[in-house]
Amino acid sequence: MNTEKLNFTVPSKTKKLSFILMAVGLLSIILMFVFDKSNEELHYHAHTRAWSNIFAGAFYFMALSLAAAFFLGMQYAAEAGWATTIKRVLEAVTAYLPWGLAFMLLLFILGQLQVHHIYHWMLSGVADPNSPNYDSVIAAKIGYFGIFWWVRTILYMIGWWWFTNKLVKNSREADALDVDVNNSYHWKNVKLSAWFMVLFAVTSSTSSWDWVMSIDTHWFSTLFGWYIFSGMWVSAIIATIVLIIWLKKLGHLEFVTESTIHDMGKWMFAISFLWTYLYFSQFMLIWYSDIPEEVIYFQTRWESYKTLMWTVFFVNFAFPMVILMSRDSKRNFAFLMFIATIIFIGHYLDVIMIVMPGTVGHAWTGLSWMELGCFAFFLGLFIFVVTRALAKAPLMVKNHPYLDESLHHSI
Amino acid sequence: MGSAVAKTKYIIHGVFNDEVPLLEACKKLRASGIRIKDVFSPMPIHGIDGIIGLPRTRIAICSFIYGITGTCLATLMMWYMMVHDWPNDVGGKPNWNYYMAVPAFIPITFEATVFCAAHGMALTYFLRCWLVPGAKAKNPDPRTTDDKFLILLELVDEQAKKAEEILKANGAEEVNHKGSYVVPPAYTLEESH
Repeated sequence: MNTEKLNFTVPSKTKKLSFILMAVGLLSIILMFVFDKSNEELHYHAHTRAWSNIFAGAFYFMALSLAAAFFLGMQYAAEAGWATTIKRVLEAVTAYLPWGLAFMLLLFILGQLQVHHIYHWMLSGVADPNSPNYDSVIAAKIGYFGIFWWVRTILYMIGWWWFTNKLVKNSREADALDVDVNNSYHWKNVKLSAWFMVLFAVTSSTSSWDWVMSIDTHWFSTLFGWYIFSGMWVSAIIATIVLIIWLKKLGHLEFVTESTIHDMGKWMFAISFLWTYLYFSQFMLIWYSDIPEEVIYFQTRWESYKTLMWTVFFVNFAFPMVILMSRDSKRNFAFLMFIATIIFIGHYLDVIMIVMPGTVGHAWTGLSWMELGCFAFFLGLFIFVVTRALAKAPLMVKNHPYLDESLHHSI
Repeated sequence: MGSAVAKTKYIIHGVFNDEVPLLEACKKLRASGIRIKDVFSPMPIHGIDGIIGLPRTRIAICSFIYGITGTCLATLMMWYMMVHDWPNDVGGKPNWNYYMAVPAFIPITFEATVFCAAHGMALTYFLRCWLVPGAKAKNPDPRTTDDKFLILLELVDEQAKKAEEILKANGAEEVNHKGSYVVPPAYTLEESH
């Protein structure tokens, strides 16, 4: 095996690309705040769309790096061998997690300081009957928000970051040993992952309610957590596939077999269906029961976001279904790259569609340069952080009991 | 074009202990132009169909046809029951046209599609392999249901010798001769006169 190719250095082209994306993104974020004016008629506050865009970008990339950590932990907890050769790529994707969490925290603090109004329940006086901002529905459940919400938020952040950091650290420390006697580092990670799965199972749902569903504070949906989770999971898989194919093109990752990539393609296919299932279930149950306080959620979307709603559904469902169905297409890198790029954008649009109706509401005028610019900024940052993390460790893990199995993975 | 002479075909069993030498032997046999009749194994071997030269399976096409049939049947059934014969008012959903309440019909359409595709494929498989009740096992050597791997060859004399050499050279534990049969000469126009 060519040992030189095991060490990755960030190509200057990639670095340049990430800086250009960030610069363009930053410029459009500044312009966003200049051009995003209030609209009295539609009860629209200035800069709401700009803040919502930043929220969407921050949340999407944070969520996908978190899902990558979950996917990594799942391989340990399930004692799965096939993904050992791509472990370093997954680890690199998780490197964005602290960045994403920092952005989220910043947004939350600014919200609490009344700088933006993404969260209705953060509005001062919302639970005070004498305030003009009083809202009886929110006042009835204000105990769940406020301090309790902040405690949960901080716990999620610490918990996720601690587990992810520890998993990656153990994996890197195992590299330094000549022989890992009794696979001690591997077993450490297995135990860690089992606990992480428990934490993630609960917090992925509750954090979706707290951070995303609470944008529409009046509304609730019990399967919302899984819906968000499936979306972030498939995005994490896509990011990993794109990175693997890109590294393979650069001549690295020769040891990753076609079957491993085929398996990743299957994951992308399967989780796209999971997402569709949850998306449709949520819609159908609300449509069927026809309860006004639930239907309002889709009414806003149906009236002002119809194109986006259908686009998201078809791009994230029909495309992967038709194109990824056959075995050959999952083994064709060009196909995989094409479909991965499209549904990566599709799931970003899904986040836009989740966030915007609750904040911008009927003042929405359709997708514009604002969404594109903000996406560019976070994508640039993501590329920068992830490629830098890839360069920090050899692309192949050294002391892992399933490495040999993974190198010979064949289906 | 068939040959006008009767040919004798010899039945050969190449028995292996493991699938790796078996696959190697299969590759060598095919490279020297020998047709592999079949391979028997206690467990599925991934990718063997390409190696022993089996044509691509058409079960996917069957599956698609069965699935579409299921979709159509479900749609027809629900349209007849819920819209045409006795319009049902469920939860105040409009029922004078099928498309008006289509979200409610999607789960059933989906289930019926999966039901028909799965059962159709299973039945096709059973019939195609003739795995019907009372069918006799066609296993040439019962040990292949336990821990042995077997290549079944039916070859004319000159090829049979070459095949035996290849099998032995690639780690076959046993090469068993299981008799022969005669292929009658092909019927040609000239002979009938």
